[in-house]
Order: sequence, then C-alpha cells, then structure tokens
Amino acid sequence: MTFEIDYLALAPELVIVGTMLAVFILDLLLTRPNKFWTATVAVAGTALAAVPLVILAAEGSTRSMFDGSYVVDEFAVILKGVFIVSAYIVLLMSHHYIESDRYYQGEYYFLLLSSVLGSLVMASARDLIILFIGLELTTGPLYLLAGWRKGDAKSNEASMKYFILGVLSTAVLLYGMSLLYGLTGEITFAGLAEATADMVDEPAVVVALFGLIVGFGFKISAVPFHFWAPDTYEGAPTPVTAYLSVNSKAAGFVAFLVVMYQALPGLSDIWAPALWILAAASMTVGNLAALRQTNIVRLLAYSSIAQAGFMLVPFAAAAVADADLAEAFSATLVYLVIYAVMNLGAFAVVIAGARKTRSGDIAGWAGLAQVDTRLAVLVAVFFFSLAGIPPLAGWFAKFAMFRSVIIAGGTATVVLAAIAAINSVIALYYYARVVKSVWLDDPVGEFAPDVEAAPAGSLRLALLVALAITVVIGFFPAIATFVGDASRVIASG
Amino acid sequence: MELFETWALTLIVFLPLAGVLLLGLVPKANESALKAISLLITLAAFALSVALIFRFDFSGLPYNTYQFEVNETWIGAINANFHLGVDGISLPLLVLSTFIMVLSVIYSWNHWEEPRNPKAFLILMLILATGLNGTFVALDLVLFFIFFEVVLLPMYFMIGIWGDRTLRKIPGFGREVQTRLYAAIKFFLFTLFGSAFMLLGFLALYFESGRSGERTFDIPLLTDLGASGAFTGTFAFLVFAGMFLGFAVKVPMWPLHTWLPDAHTAAPTVGSVLLAAIMLKLGSYGFIRISLPILPEEAASWAPAIAILAVIGIIYGSLACLAQTDMKRLIAFSSVGHMGFVMLGIATLTDVGINASIIGMVAHGLITGLLFFLAGSISHRYHTREMSRLGGNMKLMPVMGGILAFTAMASLGLPGLAGFWGEFMSLIGSYNPLEGLSLGVFRTAMVLGAIGTVLTAAYMLYLLQQVNLGEPGEEWQGRQFHDVDRFEATAWVPLIVLIVVIGFFPKVIFNSTTDSVVSLVETVFNAETTASLGGG
Repeated sequence: MTFEIDYLALAPELVIVGTMLAVFILDLLLTRPNKFWTATVAVAGTALAAVPLVILAAEGSTRSMFDGSYVVDEFAVILKGVFIVSAYIVLLMSHHYIESDRYYQGEYYFLLLSSVLGSLVMASARDLIILFIGLELTTGPLYLLAGWRKGDAKSNEASMKYFILGVLSTAVLLYGMSLLYGLTGEITFAGLAEATADMVDEPAVVVALFGLIVGFGFKISAVPFHFWAPDTYEGAPTPVTAYLSVNSKAAGFVAFLVVMYQALPGLSDIWAPALWILAAASMTVGNLAALRQTNIVRLLAYSSIAQAGFMLVPFAAAAVADADLAEAFSATLVYLVIYAVMNLGAFAVVIAGARKTRSGDIAGWAGLAQVDTRLAVLVAVFFFSLAGIPPLAGWFAKFAMFRSVIIAGGTATVVLAAIAAINSVIALYYYARVVKSVWLDDPVGEFAPDVEAAPAGSLRLALLVALAITVVIGFFPAIATFVGDASRVIASG
Repeated sequence: MELFETWALTLIVFLPLAGVLLLGLVPKANESALKAISLLITLAAFALSVALIFRFDFSGLPYNTYQFEVNETWIGAINANFHLGVDGISLPLLVLSTFIMVLSVIYSWNHWEEPRNPKAFLILMLILATGLNGTFVALDLVLFFIFFEVVLLPMYFMIGIWGDRTLRKIPGFGREVQTRLYAAIKFFLFTLFGSAFMLLGFLALYFESGRSGERTFDIPLLTDLGASGAFTGTFAFLVFAGMFLGFAVKVPMWPLHTWLPDAHTAAPTVGSVLLAAIMLKLGSYGFIRISLPILPEEAASWAPAIAILAVIGIIYGSLACLAQTDMKRLIAFSSVGHMGFVMLGIATLTDVGINASIIGMVAHGLITGLLFFLAGSISHRYHTREMSRLGGNMKLMPVMGGILAFTAMASLGLPGLAGFWGEFMSLIGSYNPLEGLSLGVFRTAMVLGAIGTVLTAAYMLYLLQQVNLGEPGEEWQGRQFHDVDRFEATAWVPLIVLIVVIGFFPKVIFNSTTDSVVSLVETVFNAETTASLGGG
C-alpha cells in the first residue's frame, strides 16, 4: 500500500473543496444584502477548477493513486470537464433565481458544490467504495436542495419523495455491492472483472446484479424506477431540476456503465437483457407520458426519462449482441455530453421564459415569439436539438446511438433500433408542441414587462454558452467524438 | 481557375447560410435592406450555379465521376467526409433549385402573408436554400442526411406561422384547429418518420461497407461496392426498405402522400412553391443517386412494386384532383400524379425512363411552381380559393388568366411545352423496362399511366373552366382587380420562357443528363441502352 498523493491529479477536487469552504465562511461574515458574493465566489471557484483539468488534459498521462482505486486518466478528465462545465452553467442559472427569492444563498452554493465534488470523485473511482462515496456525495445534497423552496408544498413533496425513494434505492445498491464483495472478496473493478468472469451460474450474483440495476436505475430515472422524477423535477427550484436532470443523472449513468463494463463484463449475459428492457421501457413510457404533459418542467422531466432510455440503447444493444462494448460506451458518452448541454440550455430557457410569461404551462407560453424573438429562437434551438433535428447538436447524439446499434448487429438490436426510431418521432411531437406554442399560437395572457423579466446577466451567459456549444457541435460533431475517443482509454485498461 | 473548381459548390451551399447571419444583424424595420441582401445572396448562388454549366465537362464522363469535387475530413471518428460534387444528373436540379429561390425572393418583394415579418421569412428561405442546394450536391450519406433534414425546420415554421388560418375539423380531435397548425406538424412527423428509417438504412450500409476502420459513408465508394455486388440478400432488402420509406415520404408516393395536400394547401404561396418545385425532388433524386446505384439488385426486385405504387399515385392523384373544390388543393394533388410519372420512369431502370424522370422533375418544378405562384396571386386578389366562387377570371384579369391557361396546358403535358417529355418518355420507358423486369406489370402500368394523362388533361381543363371561363360571379361585379404586377411578372416570365424552351429543346436537359444516365444504366444494371434519345 502506498499513500502518495498526487496533488495535480487531485487539484480540481481540491479547488472545489476550497471554494466550498470559502463560500461557507464568507456566508458567515457577509451581511444580508452582500450575500450575492457567495455566488460570485462559487462561480469563480468552479471556473478555476477547470484550470488544472486543462493542464491534465494537455499532459494526457494516466495518474493512478491508492493502488489503482483512484485514477485520473483521459476518460476521467473528460468527464470531470463535462461535470464542471455543466455545474458552471447551473451556477450561472442559479445566481439570479436564488438571490431574488431570498433563499439561503451561502448554504445553497455550499451544497451544490458538494454535489459537484461528488461527481468529480465518481469520475475517478475505480473501486466500489469510492464509487459509492462519490455517487452518494452527488445525490445527498440534492435531497436538501430539492426542497429549497420551503414555503411551497410542492417543493417539500419533491424533496420528500426524492429522499425516501433515493435512500431506499441506495440501500438496495449497497446491498448488491456488499454481496459482490462477499462473493469475490474484491472491491476494485479490475479484481471484480477477474473474479466474476466465470460466475454466471452463481445464483447470488443475480441477486447482487439485481441490487445494482435497481440502485443505478433509480439514479438515472429509468423506467420503472422513474416515479420520483416528474414530481421532484416540478417541485424543486428550476436550477436544481436542471442539475438533477443533467449532472446527477450523468454521474449515475457513468457509474452504472463503468461498473457493468469494467467490473462485470463476464456477467453480461445476465445484465444485458435487463438493460435492453430498461432502454425500451424508458424510451416508450417516457415519451408517451410526455405527450400528455401540460407543464413545461414536467414535460422536460418525462423527456429526460426518455432520453435516458436512448442513452442506454447502445450499451444494451451491444451487450445483447455480444458486440464491441467500447463502441457502445463511446456512443453513450457522446450522447451524454450533448444531452447535458442542450438540456441545460432548455432549462435555462425555461427559467427565462417563466419570468417573461409568468407561467409554467406550455399553453401560457403561447405567442412568446411576438414579444421576445430572441428568447423564442432559443426555445426553438434547444427543444429541436433535444428532438435531434439537424443541424443542431442533438442530431449527432441520435446518430451516434443508431450507429453503434447497427454496428452491434443481430435481431434483438434491430428491434431496439426500430423502437428507438419510432420513439424519436414521438419525441418530436411533444418538443414541437412547445415550439408551436411559442411561435405559432397567438398570445393568450399578459406578458411581464421587460424591466422585471429581462434575464439577468448570469442567465444570459448560461444561455450563450449552451447555445454556442449546441450549434458548434451540430456543425462540427468531430468535437464531440473526441469524448468518445477518450472513453477508449478505459476500454483498454 | 482552380479556385472556382474547388469553392463553387461550397459557396452555392453555404452562401445562403452566411446570408442568414447577415440578415440577423439587420433590424426588422429595415425591410428594403433585408430584401436586397436576400436577393443578392440568392442571385449570387444562382450565378455560381450557371457558371458551373459553362465550366462543366459535358464530354460523356462515365457514371460515378463527379466534377467540382470537394472532399475534406469532417467527422474523422466515423469516417464521414465533407464530400460535394455534381454530375450530369444533379446539375439540372441544382440549377433549378438556385433559380426558383431567386424567383421566390422576387415574388416575395410585395407579397407578405400575415403576420408579415419579412425578416423571419427571408431567414427561413435562406436556410431552406442551404438544405436544398446541399442535398443535390452531397456525396456523403451523413452529409446528405443532414441537408435532407435541414429543410424540415424552416418549412415547419413557414407553414406554421404564415400558413392558412381557417379552422378545420380534424377527425379524431375534439376541437377545430387552424389548418396551418395541423398541416405543419403532420408534414414534420411524416418526413421525420421516413428519414429515421432512412438513417438506419444508411448506417447499415456503412456497417457492411468494410471492416472496422475501413467503413465509409462515401456515395461514390458505396456505388462501386454496390456495383461489385457487395450488398445482397435480406440485408440489402432491409436497407432498401429503410431508404424507400425516407424517399417515398418525400416524393411523395401513394400511400405515404397524405401530408402533401395538407402541407401544400396550408403553406404560404412561396412555401408551396418551394415545396412543390424543389423539395419533392429530394426524394426522387435520392432514389436515383443512392438507392439505384448502391443496391441495384434490390432496385430491380423492388421496381415492379414501385411502378405499381407510382401508377396508383397517378390515377389516384388525378381522380382526387377532379373531386377538389379548392384551387390550391387541386394543384397540390396534381403533384401526386406528376411525381407518379417521375417514379414510374425511375422504376423502369432504363436510360429512357430515368432521363424522363429527371426532365419530369425539372418540368414539374417549373410548371407547378408557377401554378402555385398563380394560385397564390389569384387567391390574394379574390380572398378565396373556392373554384365555385371564382370564374370569369379571364375577363377580370386577362393577363393572369392567360398565364394560368398556358401553365395548365403545360401541366397537362401538351407537346411543345416542358411537361410533355417527362410523361411521354416515362410511358415509353415502361413499354420496354430493364431486361428481366416483368413486362406484364410495366405494360399494364403504361396503359394505366396513359389513362392518367387523359385524367390529367381532364382536371386541368376543369380547373381552367372553373377559374378562367364563364362570367364573373355576382360578388365581383364592378370590382377593379389589379392584373399581374411587375414583381409577379419578373418572377413568372423566366419560368414561362423556360417551359417553352425545354418544351421545344429538351436537349438542354438531356445534354446534361443522358451521358450520366446511360452510363449509370450500363454499369450498374449491365444493360444495353437505346442511347441518344434526344441527347448526346
């Protein structure tokens, strides 16, 4: 055992920890009107955390600590980059939202940054314990944040539902992990992969896998473990919802796939069919339920369930067909990265739009284009990107997914591809419904005057960042494939 | 000029997109600047495409050689390239596309439908131009797919925002909805449904095109592979089926056509023109450029089915026309019939048939484009499209009526005008389809198609009789109507001239297409060709 600490490799995490503490202390010192400084520090700290990441990325080497349990390789760096960029956008979205409603600002940023720290840890985890800690550090603070609007019953409901179901699933997940440890005596992924290689016939392994799939299924809100999502999304403050649907979902996804892929490839005969069903069910149920939604945040909630289904497709297909998992892994990551950006953009637009229209109902957004063209253009960009319409980034996510499915081959995968194709048409219908309301319908209600509704500078910046990435990746998807390539690092080791 | 050779196509495709950015900077109120910029951009694209004609090598290069090629790495990881190029088949369509775009801007000059907003409308038109031009020159399946899809968004907004606002009862819905809303989403969903499966087909081709690392989306390379028999069996069947769905929805072929009458009728005038004149051709062009050469065996086994569907389309479209009371809807349905002839020509898999389909596409673009312009202008003046209320137009607006009569004649396939060649030659082609295809099916198709031409004449004459002839109705008595104005004239005269020129000298099209088509049929289908029909 060696406990040498590589400070450069840990620098992003350390910067975030430092920022958390700074926010915490600052919150004690500042008087009420000056609390907004906590937000500024949080945003600046997050941006600063990107600096060591860039250095690590440029260096491109693999740094391993604690006997290979904590690894900073290209794959981890890219993921951390995604987590930091999306956290940055969420922080920008939060700034005005949290300040204007006089919530506990310092605590808010402290908790949000803890969650970010968790996801950074998770990206480097190469054994079950660190993975679990990272994952729980990501979700734990969110139970609180979901209930941040204390006066609102819906927000309390959101927090409660999320907490109860979350804790239950965590217990199940942990039970699965402990069974695995009991069966093999290993906690590192590499060790597990070796030990489980010929355990397919072991009944206890099935129970362990069941626990893992239920636990992770909850984190990524895959059907049938999705029931908490719509209510929690609707009740939570919108920036928190954005964070839930992007960062915490992405963290869960990566954990899920890395465990299946790195630790348990030998058991794919057991988990592959389960993934296939999760994928098909999430796409179909999520989409069909989204069709009926009238509230825009609930619509995005169901859409994110369906999107999780799409993300599972490559992996499920490849595993069922016994094809190259590396290909599938990179397709899922490409999807994840693009989804993160466009979904954050969609939520940012929802925040700005809700101010302007004073409504969370799709019908209440009718005619927005007639008073605020720029905002309406953004609605069209993000929602059509989610639907996968070229030339917006979403097309390449769908494309990468279909590509990996076709490469996998086999009947079960072709069926899955057909289900995905039909679902992407259904999805278009409800995304287009929002755009239709904004662009094609005549206004029904009063809009807020510009003085009070104009998006704050930080929100504008968030929108601008998301817009730029969405459009640029749409035209030059090669940028996104870089992420996929990085995932091959983990495939080789 | 090396520079021209390498940049011409890129410019033709992306100039309009650059124009979009430019328009974005101009304030909404400055309409004349907006219009001037759009006109300049579309004119520049058109001028470039005309310059292509002059620098084009017409010396009979074999199929699968392209000119003005650009081939740059685009998405390295999946080996998708930015590959553009034209050959004799795509050249006329590209020129048609840039040409119609210019005329549409000119026509728009003083024809803005509610709720006006020229800035948004022109931006959408230019995005549309990029998608349309791009599809005709893309030589990479991914790129083709992107351009093919890019046209959806602007068209959705065009129909949805500027479309027909009359309320309509839709079966299965409780409330009445505005026609534009229903038509826009229907168009979008149908096309996306088709293209999702088309994409799966493309990906499957990619997968079969080689081992990992050598796979390609390149259309010329896939064409070579296809000719050497790389794609066969159930695999090829499924791929063809997927691409068939994508292209057939766009053409549209019966029974996937139901979005068309709604979309064309609901769209604003310029939207209908662009839909009919250019966008429908993306589907039939896809068949010629991708389905046929890459999957020749499957094309041969699907051909009878395509021919049957095409003939059903011809007959059904014509009968549907006869049942219409709305002038614009009649013209919309006539597209189903005309595109049926185009598809019948393609289905014969002969040089005569494919030549017919290309000239048919160009002619349909010019003629139906003009018909939609006319329908727009007429309903703009009468504020109705109900043919029972119109009538006596000849007396109220003699020039407009004259042009309508001329165009209707062209549309029904009068010899000497452009519409004749496509119909006539695709019927000839189906008398003698590619060797091995069922003569029974194709000759029956020919007979039914011939009946279709009679029906076409019937509904076009019915249209003329209803709109042009007779006495003006009571409600129009004593009203003054402004006959064709100068913007309309500027937009329409070039179309009329071209319809006559192509009618008398179909060689202007065949010169470009024949060599490519003959070579396509010879190399891909190993067939003897009759060669030299009308061309060189």
